[in-house]
Amino acid sequence: MDTNTDLAIRVTNVEKFFKVYMDKGNMLKERVIFAKRNKYEKRQILNGISFDVPKGQAVGLIGRNGCGKSTTLKMLTKILKPNAGEVVVNGRVSSLIELGAGFHPDMSGRENIYINATIFGLDKEEIDKRIDDIIQFSELEEFIDNPVRTYSSGMYMRLAFAVAINVNADVLLIDEILAVGDVSFQKKCFERLKEIKEEGTTIVIVSHSMDQLYSICDRLIWIEKGKIVEDGEPKLIGMHYLDSMEDDRIARLAEESKEKLVDDRGKSILELTDNVHPEARRDGTHEAKFTEVTLLNEAGEPCQIFNTGDKAVLKLRYQTDLDHPKVNFNMDFVKDNWQYCYGSCFTKPGDALPVLEQQGEVVFTIDKLMLLPGKYYLDIGINGENGELYDNVRNIMQITIRDYVHNEFGPCTFSHHWEMN
Amino acid sequence: MKERIKSILSYSDMIGSLVKRDLRGKYKGSVLGFLWTFINPLCQMIVYTIVFSVVVRNNLDKFYVYMIVGMIPWLFFDMSLRQGAGSIRYQGDMIKKIYFPREVLPLSCVTSNFVNMLFCFIIVFAVLIISGIGFSPKALIFLPLVMGLEYLICLGFTLIVSAGTVYFKDLEHITTVVLMAWIYATPIMYSIDIIPQNIKWIFLANPMTAIIEAFHNILYWRIVPDLGDLLYAFVFGVVMVFVGEWIFAKLDDNFAEEL
Repeated sequence: MDTNTDLAIRVTNVEKFFKVYMDKGNMLKERVIFAKRNKYEKRQILNGISFDVPKGQAVGLIGRNGCGKSTTLKMLTKILKPNAGEVVVNGRVSSLIELGAGFHPDMSGRENIYINATIFGLDKEEIDKRIDDIIQFSELEEFIDNPVRTYSSGMYMRLAFAVAINVNADVLLIDEILAVGDVSFQKKCFERLKEIKEEGTTIVIVSHSMDQLYSICDRLIWIEKGKIVEDGEPKLIGMHYLDSMEDDRIARLAEESKEKLVDDRGKSILELTDNVHPEARRDGTHEAKFTEVTLLNEAGEPCQIFNTGDKAVLKLRYQTDLDHPKVNFNMDFVKDNWQYCYGSCFTKPGDALPVLEQQGEVVFTIDKLMLLPGKYYLDIGINGENGELYDNVRNIMQITIRDYVHNEFGPCTFSHHWEMN
Repeated sequence: MKERIKSILSYSDMIGSLVKRDLRGKYKGSVLGFLWTFINPLCQMIVYTIVFSVVVRNNLDKFYVYMIVGMIPWLFFDMSLRQGAGSIRYQGDMIKKIYFPREVLPLSCVTSNFVNMLFCFIIVFAVLIISGIGFSPKALIFLPLVMGLEYLICLGFTLIVSAGTVYFKDLEHITTVVLMAWIYATPIMYSIDIIPQNIKWIFLANPMTAIIEAFHNILYWRIVPDLGDLLYAFVFGVVMVFVGEWIFAKLDDNFAEEL
């Protein structure tokens, strides 16, 4: 290790690939007869990753499934060795990757604590010192001398977790295991984790629960396709990551729409915009109809992800075969649980309706989008003077209002403040 | 290598608890429980004694004593290798998810079979007393030494087969077959004297011959074991452990990926 003793972890240009055998023969016969079949493909998991973790920092690794988070974690524990680059970890490492390793069903909870803890590298005296804490933490005092095969799966996991979290280490590596036991036990585990962090333990955690990551991590590292995309302040990285996931989801929905909306009406929706939701429905006479629908953010870019309070601009292009018809435009937001949230018409009843040219554009500007976090569908429509339904598209696209930590509930926000008198 | 040995030693408590789990867990739930540790070799001894003293005649006095004195140490060797071959492969989950020096698994396998042998020596001593053969204290001093030498040889072979089986599954079955033949190349069910001179070198090259003969000398013939045998077993054992560890170290980098 270099002289910089403030570092707990140093990962330098690490690469890792797995050999994926097309048709691997492990048996002698297969090896000899199918010698040619032992070809393999290199699957590159990590493509040169570097990061340092100072002592006492809590780092979260995020990324899609298969992006290399767990592989990185396994390299920190020395289970896997990098093909290139270097991994250095200072101090004693404990990993909460596998729970209940070495448990024997016929042996008592107490005996299994010893087995499990020695696998984590504790010696007998250390376990003797901690056994009371472990048993207390697991809340299994009454059952601790019963064989673990008599435990329910929740009890089993509680015992396993109690051991793992009571292994004192300088560096703690955690992989997706905080979802253990009932809600109150989960909360307890989480509190314990915070205590461990306050004691100065360096933590590297892989999780898909952004709430957990936000509340424990000082820093997030976003890994994508074996490379670090972004590294920094949790809220910021988290937002970018979730947006990218949301973009993917929307793109996937658009793909799905192409498969689902195959009839003529469906096709006529696909023409309107790129990101049509598969549940979109269109009806009306189409004597006057939409030709293009775009939702823009403040910068004027097409966008379907907003924050509460953002500016949003809905541009609707239309055309008509009628001669200067009088129509009314409307738009609505419906929440994904089909709760109607908001709607607006071009003119209110009684006022003069706009008269259409052969084609043109209507713009609906929302200065402040007051919807609270969640997913909403956009509906749009054109109605005639006497209530004729010219064009109506429901669920044309889904918009996402980002989930910031907030203290408001329901579909929309009010300008508000609380005070104590 | 020094580093590796140091880290293995720091996990000695893990070896201890795995051995304990293995010994205690093995017969848990069965009616006779731990008694099976004794019943197993006892039954084997009875069967072999009937076969080799009634069916196939030989000229050894109290043949069943000769048999069991050699059979118990052989079983230690046999079981270590058989179980050891799968010791890593069948604990893939652990290998893939937790770091510990991988040698711990074959080590604890050999150790638990070693402890098992120690328990079985209760039978050996009981048989020695009941048969009237008795002990020679001077020879008995060598018993722990010989056991230690056998441990080294077992460990060396087990390290190799445990690591090899991860990459090449057949090795497990090959081990079983080789062991089946090996017992006949070791003077357990007959005396070394009846081996024809022209093929005797095979038996003498076999390190287990040296070990089993030492057991025979100490317990059956009640004499100090042959120093040549001891030296051969010692050199062989030490070399095997080093070679075994060297091969193991070469192979263990990719255990997690292979499993």
